[in-house]
Amino acid sequence: MEAYTKHTSIAALMDRSNVDTDQIIPKQFLKKVERTGFGIHLFHDWRFLADNVTPNPAFELNKPAFKGAKILVAGENFGCGSSREHAPWAIADYGFNTVISTSFADIFYSNCFKNCILPIKVNKTELASLMAEISADEGVEFTVDLKAEKLTTPGGITIDIEVDPFRKESLLDGLDDIAWTLKHVDKITAFEERQKQALPWLWN
Amino acid sequence: MTKTMYEKIWDANLVHEPESGSPILYVDRHLMHEVTSPQAFEGLKIQNRPVRNKHSILATMDHCVPTKNRSQIVDPIAEKQINTMADNCKEHDLNLYDMNSVNNGVIHIVVPEHGFVHPGMVVCCGDSHTATHGAFGALAFGIGTSEVEHVMATQTLQQKKSKTLLVKVEGKLSKFATAKDIALAIIGVTGTAGGTGYVIEFAGDTIVDLSMEGRMTLCNMAIEAGARAGLVAPDQKTFDYLEGKEFAPKGKDWDVAVAHWKSLVSDQGAEFDKTITLKAEDIAPQVTWGTSPEQVIAVNAAIPAPTDFTDEVKAQACEGALKYMDVKAGQKMSDVNIDIVFLGSCTNGRIEDFRAAAAMIEGKTVAPGVQAIAVPGSYPVKEQAESEGLDKIFIAAGWEWREPGCSMCLAMNGDELTDGQRSASTSNRNFEGRQGKGGRTHLVSPAMAAAASIAGHFVDIRDWA
Ligand code: SF4
Repeated sequence: MEAYTKHTSIAALMDRSNVDTDQIIPKQFLKKVERTGFGIHLFHDWRFLADNVTPNPAFELNKPAFKGAKILVAGENFGCGSSREHAPWAIADYGFNTVISTSFADIFYSNCFKNCILPIKVNKTELASLMAEISADEGVEFTVDLKAEKLTTPGGITIDIEVDPFRKESLLDGLDDIAWTLKHVDKITAFEERQKQALPWLWN
Repeated sequence: MTKTMYEKIWDANLVHEPESGSPILYVDRHLMHEVTSPQAFEGLKIQNRPVRNKHSILATMDHCVPTKNRSQIVDPIAEKQINTMADNCKEHDLNLYDMNSVNNGVIHIVVPEHGFVHPGMVVCCGDSHTATHGAFGALAFGIGTSEVEHVMATQTLQQKKSKTLLVKVEGKLSKFATAKDIALAIIGVTGTAGGTGYVIEFAGDTIVDLSMEGRMTLCNMAIEAGARAGLVAPDQKTFDYLEGKEFAPKGKDWDVAVAHWKSLVSDQGAEFDKTITLKAEDIAPQVTWGTSPEQVIAVNAAIPAPTDFTDEVKAQACEGALKYMDVKAGQKMSDVNIDIVFLGSCTNGRIEDFRAAAAMIEGKTVAPGVQAIAVPGSYPVKEQAESEGLDKIFIAAGWEWREPGCSMCLAMNGDELTDGQRSASTSNRNFEGRQGKGGRTHLVSPAMAAAASIAGHFVDIRDWA
């Protein structure tokens, strides 16, 4: 996996709560057998008009000021619903590598880390001030320094990024999860041997 | 020290807890369908990694399969996904109930039918409704595709321990309230984020009284409360359900297994991080009015207004939902007309659900202009229903009797709402566009859906004949 590095990027504002993965990537795009190419379908139903090709001018991410944004700032409970990893694939493929909200659904949150996306949890007051800064100055760039665990803005906001140390290291190093787990393969084998003795019917 | 059932299962399946890094949890059962697995197989291939424990896997095709003409998938991309699933299972020698197998159906319906999940197991699937299997006292949860690959390669997951939430439901349910109504009522209380970070244990005499099917419906929707998983303590009902099933322990193993399963229940006095209590008598048949399962009311209640919410975010969400759903604050659900009725899904696609719906429509006729489709959760459900003559009741009333699959639950297979159409649906999600772009979904129990098909609008089935 790619490594997550310090960056200063445009922060796009999506002032909606409970954004579910069905909206992030609607089901009609889940039939592909590849991991790539989902970015053009991100938020499809909101992003395009009824003809499915014309960008909907009322949709916030279509604002020219947010073009090239890497940071997405959204309302509470982001990523709820279906477990589809197509959601973070679409987000990453579109160009985002950071999502900021007050809360994330569990599966979505862990899916992010597998795809070099940093989900940042902030409190309500912090979210409100970040949103206010973007609204006042659309196109504003925030700086995310994962190593130092700091999010800073030109308006003077500094937020400590709360992240599990192991997940942080994995993102910074672009670590392969499976390779990490397989370092403990002897313990997995030992577990299986114990289970074969204790619960033999699971192995019939 | 006393422990909850969740803690017992966690401890039993913990492979390793490294000083730095994530705990590694062993996975006993891995369920699969065509939508969330192809990229995982591709990942294995690129790294040249084998599947570690083939017998832990059961796969099906459900999301994209046609429910009318099985022999023809019109959408070539869907067909490719179906074929990819077949190829991958063949290549890795995995147990697959393909589209034409007599065992085929929606993964969370099929798995219990074969006794593939037992109490105490850790079960995962690239599908959030894996929570269903918590009905058996198994720790079952959804994972992403990267994790599907991780489980295939290592038979484990890197997991964080969840907090525990006890949801107690006490008392006797009123005649027409079902497990679905309990689930919706709970979500009405917790909200869709209320369970985030938690594993729920459902307990109390109302839950004990539920059938296994009812417990599956309830656990299925734990994810809609934001929870990682839902659990119900295994009891005699659980054991009776499993006994004799294909993958259930046999002979002398059976007694050892039952003794083991009995030891899994939460200890007396075990502490939960949070507890919520509901009275069954208070649970009326529920209907969602908005675009999130938490936007739910009793069938006889009025649709709320944004001003009814003190939380600003919820007030805003209410406003957006009223607009999208084209309903009004103060309106009664019985004044809301519907176009389509969908009976099915992993929430309500089991035999009990078809019996409940058939009982409501027997001898009646679907309202003019309403399309009603019955989609059994699996071929065994379909066969059972047909052997009881239920199909004839549906057809006589003007319903369509289809082949099994996910169908209109998420509308990937072509069964979908068109822009502006409104459904009464027994599925689990009423998100914007879930059943088709611009479609409006109201979640209800099978009996409520069936009654709506006849009346053409929602009805309070407690005083409907
Ligand atoms: S029936 Fe619906 S919720 Fe269940 S697995 Fe299929 S699509 Fe998912």
